[in-house]
Amino acid sequence: MKYLDEFRDPVMAKTLSEKIHTVTTRPWTIMEICGGQTHSIVKSGLENILPDTLSIVHGPGCPVCVTPLEIIEKAIIIASKPNVIFTSFGDMLRVPGNTTDLLHVKANGGDVRVVYSPLDAVAIAQKNPDKEVVFFAVGFETTAPANAMAVWQAHKNNVKNFSILCSHVLVPPAMEALLSSSSNRVQGFLAAGHVCTVMGYEEYFPLAKKYNVPIVVTGFEPLDILHGILMLVTQLEEGRHEVENQYARVVKREGNVSAQEMIFNVFDISHRKWRGIGEIPKSGYRLKEKFALYDAENKFSLGLVEVQESPLCIAGNILRGLNKPFECSAFGKQCSPDHPLGAPMVSSEGACAAYYNYRRQEVPNNV
Amino acid sequence: MANDISQDLNCPVPMSEYSTVVLAHGGGGKMTHQLIERVFKKYFTNEHLDLLHDGAMVPVKEGRIAITTDSYVVSPITFPGGNIGELAVNGTVNDLAMCGAHPQYLSASFILEEGLALDELERIVASMSEAAKKAGVAIVTGDTKVVPRSKADKIFITTSGVGFIPKERNIHPNQIVVGDKIIVSGTLADHGMAIMSVREGLEFESEIASDTAALNGLVEAMYQASPHIHFLRDPTRGGLASTLNEIASSSNKGIQIAEQSIPVKTSVRSACEILGFDPLYVANEGKLIAIAASSDAEKILTAMKRHPFGKDSAIIGEIIQAHVGVVVMQTTIGGERVVDMISGEQLPRIC
Repeated sequence: MKYLDEFRDPVMAKTLSEKIHTVTTRPWTIMEICGGQTHSIVKSGLENILPDTLSIVHGPGCPVCVTPLEIIEKAIIIASKPNVIFTSFGDMLRVPGNTTDLLHVKANGGDVRVVYSPLDAVAIAQKNPDKEVVFFAVGFETTAPANAMAVWQAHKNNVKNFSILCSHVLVPPAMEALLSSSSNRVQGFLAAGHVCTVMGYEEYFPLAKKYNVPIVVTGFEPLDILHGILMLVTQLEEGRHEVENQYARVVKREGNVSAQEMIFNVFDISHRKWRGIGEIPKSGYRLKEKFALYDAENKFSLGLVEVQESPLCIAGNILRGLNKPFECSAFGKQCSPDHPLGAPMVSSEGACAAYYNYRRQEVPNNV
Repeated sequence: MANDISQDLNCPVPMSEYSTVVLAHGGGGKMTHQLIERVFKKYFTNEHLDLLHDGAMVPVKEGRIAITTDSYVVSPITFPGGNIGELAVNGTVNDLAMCGAHPQYLSASFILEEGLALDELERIVASMSEAAKKAGVAIVTGDTKVVPRSKADKIFITTSGVGFIPKERNIHPNQIVVGDKIIVSGTLADHGMAIMSVREGLEFESEIASDTAALNGLVEAMYQASPHIHFLRDPTRGGLASTLNEIASSSNKGIQIAEQSIPVKTSVRSACEILGFDPLYVANEGKLIAIAASSDAEKILTAMKRHPFGKDSAIIGEIIQAHVGVVVMQTTIGGERVVDMISGEQLPRIC
């Protein structure tokens, strides 16, 4: 088992596609939650082999996209300080704040480094005791255990020059915010497989029941997504609204209990602002009081930071599945990956960037 | 390289006492000359270089020559499958070969950071000499400068090259016609991922080696199979995707490729997946893209597969009239997508 070719097999893809065509008798609107799934759908050209009556809308599960502009601006302020080594996952570096981004901070002499694990940032802090090392802790439940572990390790080893700029968000409260909105048109969800790997999927049962919406925990390879869509459409056609697990080779109902313990050792659940959506109650993590020393916002005494979103950008509607990127008047004109007006055009997982990069030939007048 | 002072070695501090490059090695005085004699001339020796004149004087043939230049700043300077020196020779040889030229002469210019170990410099120069021999080119002139510590990253090399173009050959985007086949000479993304694997301190179970190689021999084998080669490029920085986009726009044609036919090693593909990279955008240093007449494509492909640097060659697509300037790929699962030019660098994704 190599885990790649098997889940991109063209014959299996054709079989699944035919089954989806057979079971689909009515128009349905379904949403994949995770940006990784959006990327996979658009990159593999998967929508070309689905029924036209199936509308796939792309959800808010891109951590780069939903990180509020204020936090980006705070990251830029911290990274620009002379005695700071600012560490981050790669794709946050290109997100523009008010006037600049982290790549430009680096070009102008800031010490900004890409790391693959927050624990690497702790190691950098240990090697550079005279510097303040900050890790940009963004992401969903998926990245939370490793980020929690970094703080835990720093605390255990008394690494006082390490802190995190935290903007953690949670999937189920965002789904509830979408479902409870009067403008909601999503009838079924592909839940994010990696989030469920950590958290399990028991949280989704009350949502499915309350809003009569089927939820299928789904993986990321093209065949996973096709299989998830087939399971979801089958439920919709049969009038069922259950929680099912397509990604059973990875996800357990209870999730990864040790990872959850680590998260709750370090974080409390808190209200969080989502870019394009606004504040959602109990939709994120913040550091527990006893770890306040490791909170970069405290350490650098950052107060309120003024930011201005582009009036042309409809990122909020994109992230809520109300509009597709092609429907934005700025798409491919004022807004492109070279000059993004909003975050979904920045990250490769953002719906706008994915459409721009992979589906541009479908836009009238070829932007 | 400057005047011959090889008879005058009364240096107050014998060079053997230095194990690293010092600023004086770039001062133009005795130490510079000793460095030239003991490292560069030792390995690059040939009748043109050995004159140590301000420039090399070489014979020319009739017709057109190809000229190219390229700078090499790779970090780390030694990586699985090669080092910066081999890269600097092969890269410039390949740029000449992509003009359809027979590469002949190279210049090599070195910017050395104070503190570079002389052993390391010698190893790099030795492998440049080896690479030049393999490619059948002579390094006929050069230059050395030393900059203070931290003003460069160990060593930067610029090589320029000259090659003669046989008169019947004409590599130009205007030669590309609808129906032409697109051939790649082997697996993609090996070089870029080899660099990533050491640069990021990531440890993979199987080592990924750079594909650095001089491709002039392969190009000759292709021309022997058929003269109907319309265009050649080596997909270095930016990878296959960027090069195909450049070809689509310079030829004013559309390009259609099939994902399934694009060769990528399993280990490289896995490494790309782990890091969130797309192999289509990752650099190659020993691969070429040929656009050839449809009628002769199979013949050229067979010749490429017989060559050691082309054994994994494959036809990956064709030139079409539709979607001018745009590269569209049939995906493995039967969908379709645009393969765009990348905006900036590929950055590792969060999750």
